[in-house]
Amino acid sequence: MNLTLKVWRQKNPSEKGGFKTYKLSGISADMSFLEMLDVLNEDLSEKGEDPVHFDHDCREGICGMCSLYINGQPHGPHQTTTCQLHMRSFKDGDIITIEPWRASAFPIVKDLVVDRSSFDRIIQSGGFVSVNTGGVPDANEIPIPKVIADESFDSATCIGCGACVAACKNASAMLFVSAKISQLALLPQGKVEKRERAEKMVAQMDAEGFGACTNTGACSAECPKEIKLSNIARMNREYFSASLSTENI
Amino acid sequence: MSWVFKTLNSTLGKKLLMALTGLFLILFLVVHLAGNLQLLLPDEGRSFNIYAETMASNPLIRVVGILNFGFIALHAIYSIILTRHNKKSRPVAYAVSKASANSTWSSRNMGILGTLILIFILIHLRGFWYEFKFGEIPYVTYDGETYKNGYAVVAAAFENIAYVIIYVVSMAVLAFHLSHGFSSAFQSLGLNHKKYTPFIQKLGIGFAIVVPALFALIPIVMFLQSN
Amino acid sequence: MKLDSKIPSGPLAEKWTKHKFNVKLVNPANKRKYEIIVVGTGLAGASAAASLAELGYNVKAFCFQDSPRRAHSIAAQGGINAAKNYQNDGDSVFRLFYDTIKGGDYRSREGNVFRLAEVSVNIIDQCVAQGVPFAREYGGLLANRSFGGAQVSRTFYARGQTGQQLLLGAYSALSRQVANGKVKLYPRTEMMDVVVADGKARGIITRNLITGAIESHSAHAVLLCTGGYGNVFFLSTNAMGSNVTAAWRAHKKGAFFSNPCYTQIHPTCIPVSGDHQSKLTLMSESLRNDGRVWVPKTKETAEKLRKREIAPRDIKEEDRDYYLETKYPSFGNLVPRDVASRNAKYVCDEGRGVNETGEAVFLDFRDAIKRDGEDAVRGKYGNLFDMYEKITGENPYQTPMMIYPAVHYTMGGLWVDYNLMTTVPGLYALGEANFSDHGANRLGASALMQGLADGYFVAPYTVGDYLANLPYEKIAEDHPEFRKAEEEVKERVEKLLSINGTKTVDHFHKKLGKIMWNHCGMARNAAGLTKAKEMIRSLKEEFWSNVKVLGTGEELNLSLEKAHRVADFLELGELMIDDALHRNESCGGHFRDEYQTPEGEALRDDENFAYVAAWEYLGDGKEEALHKEELVFENVKLTQRSYK
Repeated sequence: MNLTLKVWRQKNPSEKGGFKTYKLSGISADMSFLEMLDVLNEDLSEKGEDPVHFDHDCREGICGMCSLYINGQPHGPHQTTTCQLHMRSFKDGDIITIEPWRASAFPIVKDLVVDRSSFDRIIQSGGFVSVNTGGVPDANEIPIPKVIADESFDSATCIGCGACVAACKNASAMLFVSAKISQLALLPQGKVEKRERAEKMVAQMDAEGFGACTNTGACSAECPKEIKLSNIARMNREYFSASLSTENI
Repeated sequence: MSWVFKTLNSTLGKKLLMALTGLFLILFLVVHLAGNLQLLLPDEGRSFNIYAETMASNPLIRVVGILNFGFIALHAIYSIILTRHNKKSRPVAYAVSKASANSTWSSRNMGILGTLILIFILIHLRGFWYEFKFGEIPYVTYDGETYKNGYAVVAAAFENIAYVIIYVVSMAVLAFHLSHGFSSAFQSLGLNHKKYTPFIQKLGIGFAIVVPALFALIPIVMFLQSN
Repeated sequence: MKLDSKIPSGPLAEKWTKHKFNVKLVNPANKRKYEIIVVGTGLAGASAAASLAELGYNVKAFCFQDSPRRAHSIAAQGGINAAKNYQNDGDSVFRLFYDTIKGGDYRSREGNVFRLAEVSVNIIDQCVAQGVPFAREYGGLLANRSFGGAQVSRTFYARGQTGQQLLLGAYSALSRQVANGKVKLYPRTEMMDVVVADGKARGIITRNLITGAIESHSAHAVLLCTGGYGNVFFLSTNAMGSNVTAAWRAHKKGAFFSNPCYTQIHPTCIPVSGDHQSKLTLMSESLRNDGRVWVPKTKETAEKLRKREIAPRDIKEEDRDYYLETKYPSFGNLVPRDVASRNAKYVCDEGRGVNETGEAVFLDFRDAIKRDGEDAVRGKYGNLFDMYEKITGENPYQTPMMIYPAVHYTMGGLWVDYNLMTTVPGLYALGEANFSDHGANRLGASALMQGLADGYFVAPYTVGDYLANLPYEKIAEDHPEFRKAEEEVKERVEKLLSINGTKTVDHFHKKLGKIMWNHCGMARNAAGLTKAKEMIRSLKEEFWSNVKVLGTGEELNLSLEKAHRVADFLELGELMIDDALHRNESCGGHFRDEYQTPEGEALRDDENFAYVAAWEYLGDGKEEALHKEELVFENVKLTQRSYK
């Protein structure tokens, strides 16, 4: 099929970017979206033009490194990662607009590559259980009801891609933050420090400059791992009860 | 009390304030509607006028009334603060955005809906609350007691078709605002449960339809009665 | 140079305990005076960096991805083995040890493998304490499954995302140490070289992938946790960025490289659909429990299939060849990975492959659906079927799946002793980057186990033993060796940018991959390997004279990054061929056509090849020198496997 791509090009964070249009022909429906971009980049390289930079790694939908805002939706028209999006989702003659994630907490590095280290800093602020290696109890010491373990797992499947932030009209990171808070608050191992965790992670999220939640549900609707909105409610609950009950004045 | 400010100043805290004030205003709507529906009773405004007088003289209701203004202001101010914050979180907008694929129109436009409602409230206050309080109002006597005839003011206002249209359209706006706001408030408070959340969501939609519809019914009926 | 594996003496079960007692300790107050570099933040790297930081060492952790959480350990699906015997089905540390040695076709060290089995139980405890949500039974206790043909249920899992959950556990431990100030993170930073001075590893040279800055990092010890080199085949299940550069640079600075030819091929991957293909996707092996593997009996029918003149469902029962079931009546479709893979290759080589490229066989669920109903099949494999449909656009409930083998894991790697130290003092290799535990073939669900064992429970002890003898002073980052290494890296960057040829980096990578896959893949022979060596040599020459790398070195430059990696793959490819050519036997992930039993099974030669091949780099263009570490088996008897 033949396609027209409108791609955001930006040499570096300080320079002004803009859209550039490329025509592509001979794209197979079996290609993944990123393989289509590979074709574009091979073409560009052969012509001596700088290839389009985009983040990607595992290409099997789990590492969370790929991004791209495709025709107005993060990861394109389906609820999946860009690497798992295939060209059969497009038609011959389509115009495809490709933009980077837009958020002040995700500054652009180059072209479609953004810096998502704010997510790392949020996890560093409290997204863990404070146990050192060794000296832990036997794995079967504390039984965990299957439903709780499963619910915790559902929250834990977040891949940290940032589609929630990209989809949210407020560039809010609440789905990401709440998924981690939920995963750990549900498990007995994580309950011990759940109040401090909620306080610290929310504070870090705010410090990074993410927006507030207006409950539009766009994050969850676009999340490739289908993280539920109920996580955000649980985070709110955890945060308010932490704020009322911890002794941090 | 620094922790209180810290909490309320967080993005979650600001949403908490939005939710709490919103829920209060929802409650207010119910009370307000119950009183106003008396306008439709076939007693030439007698029940309404007596009710209005009772409300105006009850000190508790007066306190609540002041709180109500405060909450409307708070709700509006915080929405402005949050909107500014959220705009700053995405300084560069997308060139192409297909938000309809992932969220409802009203959930994305609460600010616009809210602004329209605020304008309506100002018109509404000027037209009735101000008139009742400071305007020249006819009096009426029931069983020897004298009452302000608010009913007459309302009836006169709703003879004007333009006024009726403003009211009906504003109630439609309110309906959209509530259709998102009602259940959203519970979500912001963290009140989410597999069993109850679906009920709250349905209740929210029902509330968003019934309450504004009944409010809108009043000017329509009164307009029709006047002709 | 004599290779000393430093396996402690004494009974197998007491070696590790004894060794832990014998290693030197660093006083808690002195630990903060040492600095350790960890390259790679997968299971091995993240767990090692976190554990060492918890002990009090200062750690610098490097990864080329934008976040440590992206490391490719995250893609492991199946599970993690541990000898917990929670199922009361007769598992034990010794049984896990025995299975691993046997599964590795007797090409691994008893001492290392036993230690791996021993600490496996601690790994599960550690992960649960971190909040890893493993699958559980209704009673609240951990669930297990049997995996990869094991006779016991010892595999712990978190749906099909075990690697993700374990990695996020290790990443959270790492993040906690970052917050504590004990770990400094360097994401989007690639290691370009190891610095060796006075015979010891002293640090590394890195390239900041955003700014292009070449930087020196001095430390007391360097841990390479940089994964495997499957991407030498271009197409593999590895992530796009997975590379051999760190290990290869270390090799060129004196670390021996062991058994590079041992490559694991996974039989159930989604076949290649065309030249544009950039990577292969694995589907869980569990599919073979219910799916039946077949191809048409005749070439003619297969040709019609390829031209889409007929549909798979039109082929009558008597025209189908369920070749695994016929050839291996007792194991059928559940034969081990390498046997299943090789047989798929044979039928495709006969021209009976079923997709357009001729490189695919069917995995058919028709009979399972008939027997158990579509819902039951959906219950078991629903997510895999969805994934398949998403990628191929075909509905496997209606038409048989197509599968083909793909490179999945590399058992070879840097040679390490019992302490995981390479032949360069102070330079360690952990996880898939080393060669030590899986012999010639890795069992399913053992990769995660090894990565975490090395990082959580081995390196924290053994690295201390080395540091205890070192002075607190690091060598300065302007030491001549650092300057020299930096200069070399800069020269290489400039060289790559200045060639300005006509062919892209991917062009060379694809060509290399084809050579490797065709001649050093599932089955190898002397003639093919000899030819491949020549081909690689000339490809390498062409690369250095005709590659086209655009842009500058002072910016984010994906083709420059890739050029470095492909240049190293070209060198590694040649060594893999040397290794495959010299090993005149078949074992595990190394199958030589010349060495097979009359039934077509791998034929080992224990008399002559029961050793670890460790290759020493002698200089550009020179043949590498082979060193042998003889393998001593005191606790297991070497047997020939049979799946008939």
